[in-house]
Amino acid sequence: MKDFNYHSAKDSKEASKLASSNSAFLAGGMTTIPSMKLGLATYKDLIDIKNIKKLSGIKVSGKSVIIGAATKHVEVANSKDVKKAIPSLSSLAEGIGDPQVRNRGTIGGSIANNDPSADYPSACIALNATIHTNERKIEASKFFKGMFETALKKGELIEAVEFQIPEKSSYQKHPNPASRYAVVGVYVAKHKSDVNVAVTGAKSCVYNDKEMAKALSGNFSSSSIDGMDLDSSDMNSDIHASAEYRASLVVTQAKKAVDAC
Amino acid sequence: MGKISLEVNGRKVEKEASDNTLLSTFLREHLQLTGTHIGCDTSQCGACVVHVDGNSLKSCTALAADVNGSKVTTIEGLETNGKMHPMQEAFKKLHGLQCGFCTPGMVMSAVDLLQKNKKPSDTEIRDWLEGNICRCTGYQNIVSAVKEAATKM
Repeated sequence: MKDFNYHSAKDSKEASKLASSNSAFLAGGMTTIPSMKLGLATYKDLIDIKNIKKLSGIKVSGKSVIIGAATKHVEVANSKDVKKAIPSLSSLAEGIGDPQVRNRGTIGGSIANNDPSADYPSACIALNATIHTNERKIEASKFFKGMFETALKKGELIEAVEFQIPEKSSYQKHPNPASRYAVVGVYVAKHKSDVNVAVTGAKSCVYNDKEMAKALSGNFSSSSIDGMDLDSSDMNSDIHASAEYRASLVVTQAKKAVDAC
Repeated sequence: MGKISLEVNGRKVEKEASDNTLLSTFLREHLQLTGTHIGCDTSQCGACVVHVDGNSLKSCTALAADVNGSKVTTIEGLETNGKMHPMQEAFKKLHGLQCGFCTPGMVMSAVDLLQKNKKPSDTEIRDWLEGNICRCTGYQNIVSAVKEAATKM
């Protein structure tokens, strides 16, 4: 791994000030460090943000669950408050990677990276999340821009993610047996006024499947999406699954999610 | 370059290391604690698992700098007065290893499991060891060893 300068920031302001076009924020490092080791990414400065106290912790208010950006997956998985408010969110966290990844990896890191097969982006879309940064609040639907791309600007730091508590929800993942990343994952959430069907792993970026969401808004039953033939032309195709298989899996996982709600 | 201060297996250590030093490199090359193995070096195999402040992590995917000030336990830190830890004893007794390369990480990960779940089921043991790969044993005896250790810890 090429050398860099390591900084540990004490607050968001300092972290943001240290940022440049040749730097990255370091939280759990579960993607950043392997990417740097493999030479896929190089930075002059790594700015460690996990010692910023304000960025860790979970708060539940009447309508939302707010999770600090540097909160680890294990903390979300074990949180009694999250389990009570949005059980599907704690079970999503419990299904990420392996125990060692969950002991280090963070929610902010996951969504900032926006891996096309990551779990948390689907939760953000399904649960109408608002991403709080040190500069502004961004709706999840405007945050995930494309493969590994987000609306974040240089030096902009995610501070927390605010999830809307749904009436009911479920996340169903068909994991790659080796990496536990989603071959396809579908997060279905029924809110008072709308239904979201967030899909990860199928395309180059997480998305809300409007066709299924519309069908489920009319009748929230797996029978209303049964046999739906999704367009697979822009779906991922690789050694793990063809585009056609992924299209079929999206419907299967969505049905499972509706039934589990 | 920066100063890394850790408490490793109960002993305070302080060494200069470049900022890109991985915890696994720091343990093996700066402290000569070569019990921690580097297998895949891409955070898949789990041979490098150690405990940092009581939780298991893959030391090939952490910087020495970002665990600065922590308490680290490696496989060398498990024994007491020359006597093997119950988990090591159980792996030996039940043939939970063949070539032994994955064993340090396997043992450290399993010890962390029992810290959090005193009586894990077979499924819970297998789920927990998700991030530890063994190419020899077929895992059966590893699961038996962890169950045996659970009765002794």
